Parts: sequence; C-alpha cells; structure tokens
Amino acid sequence: MTKQQSFYETPSPPGLRGIWAWLLTRDHKRLALMYLWAILLWFSLAMVLGLLMRIELMWPGRTIMGPETYNAMFTLHGVIMIFLVVIPAIPAVFGNFFLPIQIGADDVFFPRLNLLSWYLYMLGGVFAIISLFSGKGFPDTGWTFYVPFSVSTNTNVSLTVSAAFILGMSSMLTGLNFITTVHRMRAKGMGWMQIPLFTWSLYATAWVQLLATPVIGITLILVILERLLSIGLFEPDKGGDPLLYQHLFWLYSHPAVYIMILPGMGVVSEIIPIFSRKSIFGYKAIVYSSLAIAIAGSLVWAHHMFTSGISDVSIFVFSLLTYLVAIPSAVKVFSWISTMYKGSIQMTPPLFLALAFIYLFSVGGLTGLLLGAAGTNVYVHDTQFVVSHFHFTMFGGTGFAFFAALHFWWPKMFGVMYNMKRAYIASILITIGFIFHFIPMMILGLMGMPRRYFDYLPQYATGNFLAGFGAFIIVAGVALMFTNLLLSFRVRQEAPADPWGGTTLEWTIPSPPPLHNFIATPEVKDFPYDFRQVSDHYNTMNPKEQE
Amino acid sequence: MEKDIDRTGIRLGMWLFLYSEIILFGGLFLLYAVYFHEYPKNFAEGGKALDRIIGSVNTVILLLSSFTVAASITAIRRRSKKLAIFLITFSILCGCLFLVNKYVEWGTKIHHDIFPNSATLQNGPPGTNIFFGLYYVITGLHGLHVIVGMTLLAVSLVFVINGRVNEDRFSMLENSGLYWHLVDMIWIFVFPLFYLVL
Repeated sequence: MTKQQSFYETPSPPGLRGIWAWLLTRDHKRLALMYLWAILLWFSLAMVLGLLMRIELMWPGRTIMGPETYNAMFTLHGVIMIFLVVIPAIPAVFGNFFLPIQIGADDVFFPRLNLLSWYLYMLGGVFAIISLFSGKGFPDTGWTFYVPFSVSTNTNVSLTVSAAFILGMSSMLTGLNFITTVHRMRAKGMGWMQIPLFTWSLYATAWVQLLATPVIGITLILVILERLLSIGLFEPDKGGDPLLYQHLFWLYSHPAVYIMILPGMGVVSEIIPIFSRKSIFGYKAIVYSSLAIAIAGSLVWAHHMFTSGISDVSIFVFSLLTYLVAIPSAVKVFSWISTMYKGSIQMTPPLFLALAFIYLFSVGGLTGLLLGAAGTNVYVHDTQFVVSHFHFTMFGGTGFAFFAALHFWWPKMFGVMYNMKRAYIASILITIGFIFHFIPMMILGLMGMPRRYFDYLPQYATGNFLAGFGAFIIVAGVALMFTNLLLSFRVRQEAPADPWGGTTLEWTIPSPPPLHNFIATPEVKDFPYDFRQVSDHYNTMNPKEQE
Repeated sequence: MEKDIDRTGIRLGMWLFLYSEIILFGGLFLLYAVYFHEYPKNFAEGGKALDRIIGSVNTVILLLSSFTVAASITAIRRRSKKLAIFLITFSILCGCLFLVNKYVEWGTKIHHDIFPNSATLQNGPPGTNIFFGLYYVITGLHGLHVIVGMTLLAVSLVFVINGRVNEDRFSMLENSGLYWHLVDMIWIFVFPLFYLVL
C-alpha cells in the first residue's frame, strides 16, 4: 500500500481540488474528520466557558463576572456541549468514519445527505455564534429553554432555539443514514449477529435519534412561534399549560442522553476485548441491552419533573421505569468486567480511558438511582448534586469514551501514532481533575447548594474552591492530550495497519484507509471478536516494541 | 465505481424520514389531545365556527392530487412521458388551489379578529384561544408541508421533462409522491379533528 492510495490523496467525487475536495466531498471519512475538527473546537470553547464559571465560583461573592453573565455562560456552555459536542461527538466522527468500514461497505447509503448533515451542523453552529453577538445577547434560560421564562426574556432565544432545531435535524438525518446503511449495505455474510458492537450501538442510537428528535423539533418551533405571535399554548393566562412544554421537551431530551451515552458504550465494548485479548463476554447481552436502553430510555422522561407538579401516580410510574434502565446498563458493565476477567490485559491509553469510563460512568449511574427515587429526588432536585451526576455520565461517560475512541482509532484515521507516555499523563490528569472537580460538587449538592447560582453562602466555600482547582487540572490534561495528538503529525511515527491486534474489519485495511475502504472484498468472520486468529505477535508484545 | 441503484434502500430512507415527519405532527396532536380533554366545550364551539365546506373541498382536492401523483408514477413506468407531465402539473395545481382555499379561510377568520393574540381571543374564554391557537399552528405547519411537497413535485416535473427521471430511474418522483401522500394523510387527520368530530 503506497501513501498515494489513501483517501487523503484521492478526492471523492474525483476532480475536486484543494479546499473543495473537502467542502464538497461525499467521502464519509473526510466528513468524519471535518466533524472532528469542528467538535474539538467547540469542545475547547465550551470547556473554557466552564473553567470561567468555576473561577467565578472559587471564591464567594463576585469574582470575575456578574449574575447576568454567569446565566449566559451556563446556557452557552450547556447548549454548545449538548447540541454541538456530546450528541454528535461519537456518531458523527467515529460513526461516520467506522460504521461503513465495520460492516464492509464503501460509504454510507446516502453520501450526499451525509454532506448535508455536516452543513446543517455548521449552520447550527453559525447561528449559535450569531446569537452571541446580535440582539440582546445570548439567552440566559439554561439549555432547557423552559417556558414561561424563555418566552418572556429579552435575550436572543429565538435564534439560539433555531440553532438547536437545525442541529437536531442534522443529528436526525445522520441517524436516518446509519439505519439505512446498516440495513442495506452490510458485506456478504454479515448477519445481524456478526455486526461489531460499536456499529450495533450506533444502530440503536440512530433509532432514538430518528424517533425522538422530531419531538424537540416541534417543541422548539412552538417556542419560536410563542415568541413571535404569543399564541399562549404554554401560558396559563391564555389557557395553556407550561407543564406540557416540560413534557414535550423531556420527551426528546431524556432519550437524548441515551443518544449521547450509547455510542460511548459501543466504543468501550470494542476497546475492552482487544486489550484483554479475549472474546467479548455476552455479545448478545450487550446487543440486546443496547436496544433495551434505547426503548426503556424513551419511557422515563418525566423523572425530570418530579417537583414540577405532576401526579403522584405519574411520579411512581416514572420512578419505576427509571429504575428499569439501570438493568441493561448494569448488564453492559458486568459484561465488560467479565471480559477482562482472566484476560491477558495489555495497558494502553485507550484501555486506561475505557477503564476510567467504566468507573466514572458507574458513579454517574448509581447517583442516577438516587435521583430516580422520588423521595431523594425532592431533596436533591436542582442542586449541584444533579449537575455533578450528569457530568459523571456525560463527561465521565461520553467524554471519556470520546477520548478513548480518539486514542483507539487515531492511528487508523491518520496513519500516525501518538506518544504513549504523554497520552497516559494527560489521561491520568483528566481523571484526577475530574474527581477533584465533581466529587466536591456532589457533596455541595447534598449540603444544599443550588445549581445555576453565581454566588453562595460561606459554608460552601471549601467545596467550590476544590472544584475550581479540579477544573484547572482537567483543562491542563485536555490541553496536553490535544497537543500530544496534534504533535503526532509533526513527529510522523507511521502506524501499522493493525497497531492493537484488532479483529473487526477496520483493522484489516491500510492506515489511513483507501478511498473505497477495501481493496479486496472483505472477509466476514462468523464472530467479530475471535482472537484465536490474531497472531501471537500482539499477544506477547506491547505496542512500543512492535514498531 | 458504478453500482446498481438500490431502490429498496432509497425507499427505506424515505419512509424513515416520513416517520419523523409524523412524529413532528404527533407532538401537536398530543397538545390537541390534552387541551381537548381540558376544554371540550370551547373546542366544540370553535369547531362549529370553522367552514366545513372549504374544509371538505380541500380534502377532496388533496385526495384527488394524491391519486394523480400515484398515477404519474405508473405513467412514467409505462413510458408515457406526456401523461406523466400532465398528471404532475395537475397535482401541483391542486396544491395551489388548496393553498388559495386556506388563504381565504384564514383571511375570513383574521377579518373576524380571530388570530393569535387578537383582542377577541385574548378577552374570550381561554379554551377558545387554545383551540384557534392550535388551529393556526397545525394548519399552518401543514400548509408549509404542502408548499414543500409542491416544490418537490416541481423539481420532479423538471426532471421528468429533461429525462433525468425516466422508466428506469424514478426514485425522485416516487419519493416526492410519497411525501405528497404524507401531506395528504396528515390532512386526513387534521380535517376531522378540527371540522368534523367537534
């Protein structure tokens, strides 16, 4: 394989040159990389916003910003992180790149639609930026846009809501594309039970994206209409019911957290067996638990509304359903642990991050049970405890899975290997910083500190200072991680086609892959995680010695 | 790399998209259900105030246009291009007629000071305000879909004329047709909910 044959050298459609080879491309791999750079940029921006909020909270009273700025900050942080980073991160980057390869296809089913999704994503981002600098500034509603405040505030809610609507469309079309691709483009011999687990998780996610996103679409349209025409559909004075807004909003936004976490679980399901040199434990259990999470996760939305004034019967039913989601999640965690049991574990940065994922996500999941129980929920509702809980799942979960995926597939995507030592240091820094940041927040929440306040009583000072300290460590770790990855382009240590000894199809092709992914017709194995055929070479050496 | 066109796959994608459209309207129907439960009397009064004749005419128009769209696909497959062009043009005109009727209907209501945030609705019972609010939002969104459907049909029409849609490749026309049927089908639910059952 010469370098000339990689997809970097062969534009698709042919004949495009320079920047146009990227901007008009229909190649799923190029689109994935375009998403990657955009998402890394947004992530860095929103992370800095988070750091600024933490600095504000490090000392009591006004530190660097006033309450209005603080409100806009957490809204902006939430909107960017949710709609522009966490939801698209794994599906749009790694899903686009690896879903077709894992099933032995040469592209997604609708390549042009894929390009459209990217443009919608960018358009949504542009809208978000414009809403920052036009009108009365960025919304101060929080990312949930709750009525009646979102309808009555003077800030630029309409534009930001439009941005969220467009981003939702982009995510939905990606889901549509993935479902069709998985149904119609699997290589010969790949039945449903031969599909790698990452692709399975994306398939389950895609259904949630398709089924839930239109609901947020109509909800956001209604917010815009209310602002323009004041119809009153959510206004008690005019006969409307604000609770209905919350129902409609969470009808999407709770399933959306499974859009965020399921692909992350898929990444971990790929990483754990490879570095344990052992077939995944409970392949079918993981597949079915993905589907179970997708289905059960769509039926629990009202647990966000336990204190909003819904009936006791609803609270009971939704609390029960919420507990049900814990079962398939636990099935996955136990399957991963069982996979590692008696495996020949080889520590690498992706595995380290995957292990951090399991630990942090478990904490997130268990604190979720505390919130799902109606009694304790009333006690900790709208406190820092909730914020800490969802950061454990969204950042400790999806964020760490994203980092793990970056380190896992980086050599395949770019054909270069990063510095392992720096990758370890960065991962350890982020993990320690994470715990420093969010454990104090959890305790603060239990002590009664509410969320979304720019100031607090003196008894919360120690916890907030520690959390701010942790935030600095996280940012330092992330900066080191990104620098290390980017430096791999300067040092250019070529990566082999299969640096880890993987068994799925993406490791059978050159790094970086050629335009049509496969040079020869891919050979599908009866079981995607059969390590008997992986040469002993990988089983005895660590990757540094391989080079 | 030349590939066979996977028409089943293209249809599958289109059906998934249509499904998402149904859920989009589903959110509004959910609101309708809840508020109907809350204000049955105001909804009944509101429904009687709507013009059933225009509503029925529009239903007939849409059903007819759905038939002509379906017929145009058969016409293309049987290679009678002229007939197909006629049928698609007819469907687009039906769409226009539908919108004209809608315009007249909305115009009359607005003339009677019934529109979102109007004084009549503000001072009247809240249930009536909600009924007409939903009426404008749902029929408005549906009208928007009619316009999108007409645009899709117009693009298909151009493709039929220049031969890019022909007896071997008609997915574009078929999918525009599917979209048009969806627009029709949503109306089949909107019509009784606002004009008949109340």
